[in-house]
Amino acid sequence: MSMLLEVDGVSVTFDGFRAINNLSINFAKAELRAIIGPNGAGKTTFMDIVTGKTKPDEGKVIWGDRNVSLLGMSESQIAREGIGRKFQKPTVFEAQTVRQNLAMALKTKRGPFAVLTHRKTVENGTRIEEVAEQVGLTEQLTRTAGELSHGQKQWLEIGMLLAQDPRLMLVDEPAAGMTPEEREKTTDILREAAKTRAVVVVEHDMEFVRRLECKVTVLHEGSVLAEGSLDQVTSNQTVIDVYLGRGHA
Amino acid sequence: MKKTFIGQNPSVMWFLLALAVFTLAVTLLSEATGIGIISTSFVKTLGKTLCLCLVAVAMDVVWGYCGILSLGHFAFFGIGGYAIGMWLMYARTESIVLESLVGQPIPPTPQEISDAIGNQIFGVVGSSEFPAIWAFADSLVLQLLMIVLVPGLLALIFGWLAFRSRVTGVYLSILTQAMTLALALYLFQNDSGLRGNNGLSGLQNIPGFENTSQAWVSVIFFWASALALAAGYLFFAWVVSGKMGSVVKGIRDNEARVRFLGYHVESYKLFIFTITAIVAAIAGALYYPQAGIINPGEITPIASIYLAVWVAIGGRGRLYGAVIGAAFVSLLSSWFTGGGAPDIPLGFYTIQWTDWWLVLLGVSFVAVTLFFPKGIGGLFDYLVRKPS
Amino acid sequence: MFRRLLLVLVSLCVLALPERAAAETLQDILQTHQAEVAKPGRRSVGVVLDDLVASGLPQALPFLEAWRDREIVQRDIDGLFFRAVDEGLLDLDTGAVLPVTDTSQVRPNGGVRRAIGDALVQFQLSDPNISKRLAAVEAIERSMDASQLAPLRASIDGETDPGLKVVKTRLAGMLAARFADDPAVRIDAIKALSGDLSVDVRATLNQILATTFVLERSADSDANIKDRYFGGTEAYPLAQAKPLLTEAGLFTPPTTASDLRNALTSRIEDGAVAGIPVAKLDTQETRRVAYDRLAAAGTVPPFSEPIETWDWDPSHISVGDYVVLEVYTEADPAITKAARTTLTAIEQKVAMSQAVDLGLDALSLASIYFLAAIGLAITFGVMGVINMAHGEFIMMGAYTGYVVQLFVPDYTLSILVALPLAFAITFGAGVAMERLVIRWLYHRPLETLLATFGISIALQQLAKNIFGTQARPLTSPAWLDGALVFNDVIAISYIRIAIFVLALLFLAVILFVLKRTRLGLEVRAVTQNPGMAASMGINPDRINMLTFGLGSGIAGIAGVAIGLYAKVTSEMGADYIVQSFMTVVVGGVGNVWGTLAGASLIGFLQKGIEWFNPSNTLAAQTYMILFIILFIQFRPKGIVALKGRAAAD
Repeated sequence: MSMLLEVDGVSVTFDGFRAINNLSINFAKAELRAIIGPNGAGKTTFMDIVTGKTKPDEGKVIWGDRNVSLLGMSESQIAREGIGRKFQKPTVFEAQTVRQNLAMALKTKRGPFAVLTHRKTVENGTRIEEVAEQVGLTEQLTRTAGELSHGQKQWLEIGMLLAQDPRLMLVDEPAAGMTPEEREKTTDILREAAKTRAVVVVEHDMEFVRRLECKVTVLHEGSVLAEGSLDQVTSNQTVIDVYLGRGHA
Repeated sequence: MKKTFIGQNPSVMWFLLALAVFTLAVTLLSEATGIGIISTSFVKTLGKTLCLCLVAVAMDVVWGYCGILSLGHFAFFGIGGYAIGMWLMYARTESIVLESLVGQPIPPTPQEISDAIGNQIFGVVGSSEFPAIWAFADSLVLQLLMIVLVPGLLALIFGWLAFRSRVTGVYLSILTQAMTLALALYLFQNDSGLRGNNGLSGLQNIPGFENTSQAWVSVIFFWASALALAAGYLFFAWVVSGKMGSVVKGIRDNEARVRFLGYHVESYKLFIFTITAIVAAIAGALYYPQAGIINPGEITPIASIYLAVWVAIGGRGRLYGAVIGAAFVSLLSSWFTGGGAPDIPLGFYTIQWTDWWLVLLGVSFVAVTLFFPKGIGGLFDYLVRKPS
Repeated sequence: MFRRLLLVLVSLCVLALPERAAAETLQDILQTHQAEVAKPGRRSVGVVLDDLVASGLPQALPFLEAWRDREIVQRDIDGLFFRAVDEGLLDLDTGAVLPVTDTSQVRPNGGVRRAIGDALVQFQLSDPNISKRLAAVEAIERSMDASQLAPLRASIDGETDPGLKVVKTRLAGMLAARFADDPAVRIDAIKALSGDLSVDVRATLNQILATTFVLERSADSDANIKDRYFGGTEAYPLAQAKPLLTEAGLFTPPTTASDLRNALTSRIEDGAVAGIPVAKLDTQETRRVAYDRLAAAGTVPPFSEPIETWDWDPSHISVGDYVVLEVYTEADPAITKAARTTLTAIEQKVAMSQAVDLGLDALSLASIYFLAAIGLAITFGVMGVINMAHGEFIMMGAYTGYVVQLFVPDYTLSILVALPLAFAITFGAGVAMERLVIRWLYHRPLETLLATFGISIALQQLAKNIFGTQARPLTSPAWLDGALVFNDVIAISYIRIAIFVLALLFLAVILFVLKRTRLGLEVRAVTQNPGMAASMGINPDRINMLTFGLGSGIAGIAGVAIGLYAKVTSEMGADYIVQSFMTVVVGGVGNVWGTLAGASLIGFLQKGIEWFNPSNTLAAQTYMILFIILFIQFRPKGIVALKGRAAAD
């Protein structure tokens, strides 16, 4: 089966500290995956490598049907290839309206001259409204993003990801700081999104992960410790020792 | 399309309207129409102020909108001045030389004319040869092209190098300051080909306008400056509205996020940096014929920092703020330093504003930064009373 | 001991001389040679001079001066010699003034006067008064004449002053190299010069190696030939050979554009030249046509094509079997060879010394940059605060030094007072600025830049209002005057050494403070993680305040040092600010070693570029800045990259 993203034997070292150690992990074209692991397991570094922010010391990152390597590409190139990323801390453009935020993320031409001469079209408007509908921000479209609540900002950022229409969504702690109702809604959005694309969720919250009902990968010290359903990995003795056990102690 | 654009941006319409009224009023009251309430030299000051407003608008776009605190845009302004100054000086000297050669027993050859012009222009730096950079000085069209091309290319090359290696924030400011310093030091040399620290002078004598009174020349340049400001304002208002504005402001607020959205941030920065540099140069090309003289002292890094000061005082991130800041501070500055402001006797010491103006400016600038980060333009927010 | 003995001996001799001379008066000697004195000839005067010198009479010296200056007269009635003064005739021995009678003036010609002058030098060289001897030696240094060699040599043994003896010996060596009669002696003298790098030794050797150009029919010549040039080679020394070639009729100077114009202008007839209307003569081509017509008519010489000096075309010169010889004026090839070898050796040593000297210059420039930048390395590098008023803190330090000197006249003491005072004042100013302004802007670095710039222009203008626009002196103590001289090329002024030492001291102190003290530990903690540091009980406010004060205080001390070396003006800070920032950025932000590396790189680079084009410091600075801009492209984090608050984006 051909994979969407293949990470193979990747290692990266920061000042002698091995953040990622011979990591290999694959994602299918349409799947929902949760990545869990203790602090310092390399979850964020893994995302940095895939999105081009960090260059690994060794290993391969192969993408898509054409099997291109992502390692030589810049962040913006990788984003245009169809990899979207949501940061741990919600980062939206607070000085601009929700509509402007979504419009910027919309999958259109990215060159400066195309953007300069860009004109609003009906299709784009409809697309923005669809996305807003999906993340429940229809009412907020004309508001400034800075005025939104924390949860709404998280949704806006997920909405921006959806507007990008990526083939792979990397979502870092989407539920942080959300109320239980908001979490439920976030779960729905992500599960819906995963029907047509790969969605990778990094999360600490076990309850949230359980609700995603998906394959789980446990990272530890920069490599994969276990992989399987949540029940499988939570019953794995090594996982209990290094991660869960510590958390529940 | 423009109609809808202005319709969507009422502040642009108000600004253009105010500028038009101001231009007409100044023209009517100038010496050119015979009323003469506004002296010719003050018309020139106002014309120069409009040029400063234009470069401030460019600075606001690059700094207030795109977040690049460039300490080099006044250098581009100066390059524009030098570019037009070369033609003005060449053409003027040529007419003087031709006049002086009329009485010769045999008519001069082109080479002799060129030698005589070179001698006139470069005599002060002990040379008479035309340096290579003067190759186009005899052609107005080519030299006008230089106003756009030279700063444009310089900004393109410098920006490409700097943005490519992801130099940002204060580092970029220092780097642009270094570029400005290098340019100023280069121009200070006698063998720079631009007359060292003598600079270019006599630029107020416009070839072809010898028979027009200075009153009218000043009004013509005032109009040209007003037109340029209007065009520049409109252009930049268009650039920073719409999606381009969104991306550019996004880069200012969170460069990395824009990058992960798939935008090639460096290209956008380079685009903004270069077009603002070109507009700055055009402003300079209109300014220096009104000032009459340009020398390397005008280009030193401090001038670029003053430019940032104007924009900050006027209010960043809004184009009319830059215009207000540049006009307010530069006019106030000439009022204070020109001896217009009354001295304040304290009994034991008399505050003479020619000495104390810079102290006042410095301190008020600190105050503006600390207490009114939105600048004078921020006052409009209270008037408009946006929901906040 | 030996010197004292020598001194006794010499004084004995001096005492003995008048003893022997008392037997005869000056007038006696003159009368012995009456004819030679009255009508001196170049050949005959030698005997008189020898006798006068041998007599050792003290009156002989003023007589010789008067003789040379044509003040000596001969009384007609008895043939006695006197010196003519305003009051009458001065007796040469007793100094008594006699009434004026009929006399005839003694008029020595130029050659004789020169001979007298040489004899005078001989007298002066052995004069008991050292200042006279010094003056005589200086006179020889200026004229460097062959006749001076013998008297100079003669005076060396009797020289009592060891310093002057060395000078005399050295001078004698140079004279011998040029003028000694025996070629072997000359060659030895030339070889003896090889250790000396001074300009006058090099001049002496170059004079020995002086050449002239001659045009010969044959390449063989008895002359001491340096080089032979046949027509048409690239290396042809055209400039020197041109007059020779022109004289021999082998070369016609090219007709210049102005020759052409003048020729045409003077031959205008009825508004035309050679049939071409004047109005058409506005191009070089028509002018040439007109000229050629004139030349065809024989009114002007034929047009001679211009020749580019270094674009040499042999067809223009019919050299044939002529050869241009470059000939040494010195005939003996052995001597010129020795001089050549010695000069080459000296020039090699000079080049090496110049390189060393340049290195020292660069080192001192680097220490100045380091001093100017080190305070900034702390505020900008460690705290990430851009302080555009840093230069003004340097200025405040320098003015502090100036004001202290107004009250404390002793320069050593005043510097000792000024250094801590400058630190205290700028420390206070820095703390005040941090409390009042910078504290509020920690998360807005670009605005810190602008706010501190506001402070900078206010401080600069304030200094102008208080101290005026002219430069104020900050005088260094006397023991810092002068320079440490290694040889004639390598020298470094003590003040630069002091600045270098100060820079090293600063480096040590700052490293100590940052690495070994509690404050340094806390500073590093706040730099790396302010939140964590705060939770450990460190007060980041206090640390920021102290760090900023420290950085500013160091700028104040640097100001005193820079003020000693340069002038104190209100704008001196602005001269250093951009370089200082670049020093910090190039070196690597947040690291004292980085600043050191940055200052060294910039200092050596600037001097290195100046070496290629010494006349143009501005160009050197321009290229240096361009280099730095490029350097930052390839190492955006500087030479010594570091992670920290400032390094993160």
